Amino acid sequence: MNIAFEHRQSAHCENGVISNLLNHQGVTLSEPMVFGIGSGLFFVYLPFLKVNFAPGFSFRPMPGHIFRKLAKRLGIKVKHQRFSSPEKAAAVLDAKLREGVPVGLQVGVYHLTYFPDEYRFHFNAHNLVVYGKETNEYLISDPVMDYTTRLSEQELERVRFAKGALPPKGHLYYLERLPERFDLEKAIKKGIRQTCNDMLAPVPIVGVRAMRWVASKIRKWPTTIGVKKTNHYLGQLVRMQEEIGTGGGGFRFIYAAFLQEAGTLLGNQALVARSAELTAIGDAWRDFALDISRIYKNRDATDDRYEKLADSLASLADREQRFFSQLKKDIGR
Amino acid sequence: MNKHDVPQDNGSLAKKNVHELCYALDEQGRYVTVASSGWEAKTLALNESLELIEERIAATKQAVAAGQLSPIAYYMELHRMDLPLLASYVGIHRWFVKRHFQPKRFRSLKTRTLRKYATAFGITIEQLKSPIS
Repeated sequence: MNIAFEHRQSAHCENGVISNLLNHQGVTLSEPMVFGIGSGLFFVYLPFLKVNFAPGFSFRPMPGHIFRKLAKRLGIKVKHQRFSSPEKAAAVLDAKLREGVPVGLQVGVYHLTYFPDEYRFHFNAHNLVVYGKETNEYLISDPVMDYTTRLSEQELERVRFAKGALPPKGHLYYLERLPERFDLEKAIKKGIRQTCNDMLAPVPIVGVRAMRWVASKIRKWPTTIGVKKTNHYLGQLVRMQEEIGTGGGGFRFIYAAFLQEAGTLLGNQALVARSAELTAIGDAWRDFALDISRIYKNRDATDDRYEKLADSLASLADREQRFFSQLKKDIGR
Repeated sequence: MNKHDVPQDNGSLAKKNVHELCYALDEQGRYVTVASSGWEAKTLALNESLELIEERIAATKQAVAAGQLSPIAYYMELHRMDLPLLASYVGIHRWFVKRHFQPKRFRSLKTRTLRKYATAFGITIEQLKSPIS
């Protein structure tokens, strides 16, 4: 079984899987479009959830959120299945492949053999597409990879039944029905509006308010938990912002690409102008990451550097608050 | 970020010939994707995190050699796991897993229990019981 499936690399796994599965059905929707319509831009600070011995930061919503929102807004029907038995999970996957349907899977990263060791952490919300099977080996299109790869039956079972936070439980999904025509304009507007509301949400752990909270924490951490832990926490923040999948600047550049594409498509010049503005904000996020990384290079520098980092993050929060308030007005009702 | 400013600092991805996509502007100010081989800033952040793991592994190894902890604790650190994660992999409540960290209790574990741990770590029971090299 080998389905003719076009592997296209993307920045982020979830966008990439959706974009590639749609492309297989003859629907061309770029990664930024998928990301924008699915309201992928986000910021959340979860101080109580410890990931890798640091608090949880995330620049994206819960795994699966982008796909669900996109499918709903475009009227695409997606079939999701989870399993308690690995045998049944494998049987359903094989049956679908025999029908010639490429299948999306949620997997754990730790046991993915083709990833470099440095990236193997216990993270269970990675996505990939299986597009065939040859003599007990599955053909894998992992959207963050340059090339397609293979996994043996045992290896695939291991990653599909990884344990820990958000266990995949063999989660598989495929496109069941596509609508005859899409109302892209409505979907784009809905996606943008939700992102603005998320980023401006009146709760302390989400959006610009969460950034300010983290900024005030950065000021306190060196005295409350010590410099070593502070540096580790900041390292975690940089990794969530820049590591595989964000396309740079904590998804700000992908979102700017989306605003540009959407603005051109809808003939809305205001959106194109906002895209340039967000690119500048993304550049500031890159500078922020660079400033954090300087801590590891020069460990015994002055102590006001944490104050300066906090200032940069607070100013990013102010800029994004203005940005998303204006974007919300641009998109109107 | 402009197309030509996308960093190419050969991070750990480059070793497996993997690139990651970045979004950047071309000369006309249009967004394009550019393959990047890594960025020093995040390699530094990643290395910091890996160093922390190495420190934990080394400390646990010492404790095992000193007879304060059982090898289960060492292999847990080696596989970048924490207690709840290991507990869910072996299907044993974390309170009991924690007790199995005690060398005395570890020595009296049944083969059936040892096999659960060995499978979770991808090693044999003999390897699990033998001293750590």
